[in-house]
Amino acid sequence: MKEKIDGQKVLGLYEKMFLIRKYEEKIYFLFLEGIMPGTIHQSQGQEATAVGMLYDLRKEDYMTSTHRPAGHCLAKGVTVDSMMAEMFAKKTGCCKGKGGAMHTGDISVGAIPAIAIVGGGIPVAVGVGLSCKMRKTDNVVVCFFGDGATNEGAFHESLNAAAIWNLPVIFACENNLYGASTHIRQVTKIKDLAVRGDAYGIPWEIVDGNDVIKVNEAAIRAIERARNGSGTTFLELKTYRRSGHSRNDACGYRDKKEEKEWFEKDPLTICKNYILEKKITTLQKLEELEKKVLDEIDNAVEYAKSSPYPEPQDALTDVYFEGGK
Amino acid sequence: MSIAEALREAIKEEMRRDERVFCLGEDIDVEGGFGGAFTVTLGLSKEFGHERILDTPISEIMIAGAAVGAAMTGMIPIADVQYGDFLFCMMDQMANNAGKMTYMSGGTVKVPMVMRAPVGATTRGAQHAQSLEGFFTHIPGLKVICPSTAYDAKGLLKTAIRDENPVVVFEHKLLYGSKGNRAEKSALSPVGEVPEEEYLIPFGVAAIRREGTDITIVANLLMIYRAMEAAAILEKEGISVEIIDPRTLVPFDYETVINSIKKTSRLMIVEEDTRRNGWGAEVAAQIAEDAIYYLDAPIKRVATYDVPIPFAPVMENFVVPSAQRIAEEARKLMNS
Ligand SMILES: Cc1ncc(C[n+]2csc(CCOP(=O)(O)OP(=O)(O)O)c2C)c(N)n1
Ligand SMILES: [Mg+2]
Repeated sequence: MKEKIDGQKVLGLYEKMFLIRKYEEKIYFLFLEGIMPGTIHQSQGQEATAVGMLYDLRKEDYMTSTHRPAGHCLAKGVTVDSMMAEMFAKKTGCCKGKGGAMHTGDISVGAIPAIAIVGGGIPVAVGVGLSCKMRKTDNVVVCFFGDGATNEGAFHESLNAAAIWNLPVIFACENNLYGASTHIRQVTKIKDLAVRGDAYGIPWEIVDGNDVIKVNEAAIRAIERARNGSGTTFLELKTYRRSGHSRNDACGYRDKKEEKEWFEKDPLTICKNYILEKKITTLQKLEELEKKVLDEIDNAVEYAKSSPYPEPQDALTDVYFEGGK
Repeated sequence: MSIAEALREAIKEEMRRDERVFCLGEDIDVEGGFGGAFTVTLGLSKEFGHERILDTPISEIMIAGAAVGAAMTGMIPIADVQYGDFLFCMMDQMANNAGKMTYMSGGTVKVPMVMRAPVGATTRGAQHAQSLEGFFTHIPGLKVICPSTAYDAKGLLKTAIRDENPVVVFEHKLLYGSKGNRAEKSALSPVGEVPEEEYLIPFGVAAIRREGTDITIVANLLMIYRAMEAAAILEKEGISVEIIDPRTLVPFDYETVINSIKKTSRLMIVEEDTRRNGWGAEVAAQIAEDAIYYLDAPIKRVATYDVPIPFAPVMENFVVPSAQRIAEEARKLMNS
């Protein structure tokens, strides 16, 4: 039987996921070393949702993100150098050191600087979709948010508006079962969040968020609908974070059996096994690919470390500032 | 005792005393969780159960609105947000309902609720950093308090819980003294004596943190500690600083400030909130109206510059008043 997905593409998906995993691991290490200011919300375990959703977007398409933005941003094409520099609070960072981890983004590749207010990015995605439509482009928006965000009022208002206006917005809910320490079961009665789409007249799908190929196939269907003017789609991507919620969180609130089950469904392992089983490439070639990615990350750390800090007074730019004492 | 512990003690005592008191907020006491973003509510469900310690969905409009509704009908909710910036998500409920309900009803309903919110810049970027006192002191119908020591935290929170008006409590992230993996990197840890026996601190009574004769500094929360640092520097230069912690912003104890400037003739206000139309502007205006003749120099405000809080520490440290900046402005004030 002929595979639906091209082998080279699977390699591409894997490479991006591997980049995200290793980038996040590097950040974790640097953060624990204490040389990085601020806080971190990491996305290990959720690489397939980011890459699967964004792989087929054009540069001109948009993406909105959350307090957990690194995977989304790397998958949308924000450079590793500029992201790493931002983490080090350097002037060469993607937000010139003004944003920090939670506001990572680069509008030049369609990555709307991330919004760290839970649910806060969802109405913004509606506006971006509205703009794409009003400007008569066929560009689309992928709007990421977590399971926790679906209980914000902003979620309700936004899905309804996107539905009535047939906007090219794809709502991508990364259901990793937790909002901070709170299990989704404790705060939501329905089992599948996707069915909320029905309340707005939005078509929905439930997707295995740890299988990048499945995510990508669902994304392609949703992108197609958005581009041809058929409107919005709600995708619930079932996944799990391997990291803590933020900083050094030991996840004492998580059931160990649940953790084990999910950790066994690792998105990278699933994809790698697929590649090797289908003999898309050899293990040796795959490792060469991985080596290239690791070098890219090491170079980014060097770049970030050797970059200059902003000047204190830079704090008064990029905003209307009347002057003050 | 740390401020986080003192706040927890206050909540515990009031919940034991009055069964109408309950807590609601996100992640406030999930099994194996954090006890709220800064550990204040950690472990409370053991004693009071999850009927009275309610872990909510991430739904700030509901949290604030449910607090209003419950307060109007016989309960005393203590609600919280994980970071003060999220108060903006619930602004309609706070401003239009909490602040106005008693008035609109001709005094027939009361809204005895408490909303707790951590403020202050801690290198997390602009959406987790703001000090919001100014927004809330501007809303008629709300009381606003800002405890900066463990003793005050306990005594003021107890008073807030017993007040029949909605009270917003601003707490500073760097002053909590939170422990374990919720500890803050550059935190001060102002542990202080808290008596065994019960006490309440009335609103509208400032505390004089340091006595002096040359300049009066009015500051709140973290800025109290920065001002103390500045005062120590200035003392070596022969400048004697008096420091007043208003402790509550609404109501505000003008009397203590006026008595102080009668002595010093110079007034500086230091706040971490941005400068334009902040609570410091109100204090300056009020003193100008009522007591300008006691002053020998213009009133000086030192506040965060009117920009969002930047992430990079070099920039964050620049926009938020430092002890050095306070000292420098005090020297200028002495010469004016
Ligand atoms: C309005 C608002 N409320 C609360 C928070 C604090 N907070 C940050 S992340 C988070 C959990 C979000 O859960 P979810 O939407 O499922 O995203 P995940 O962290 O799982 O990626 C919370 C409560 C916030 N940033 N914004
Ligand atoms: Mg989640």
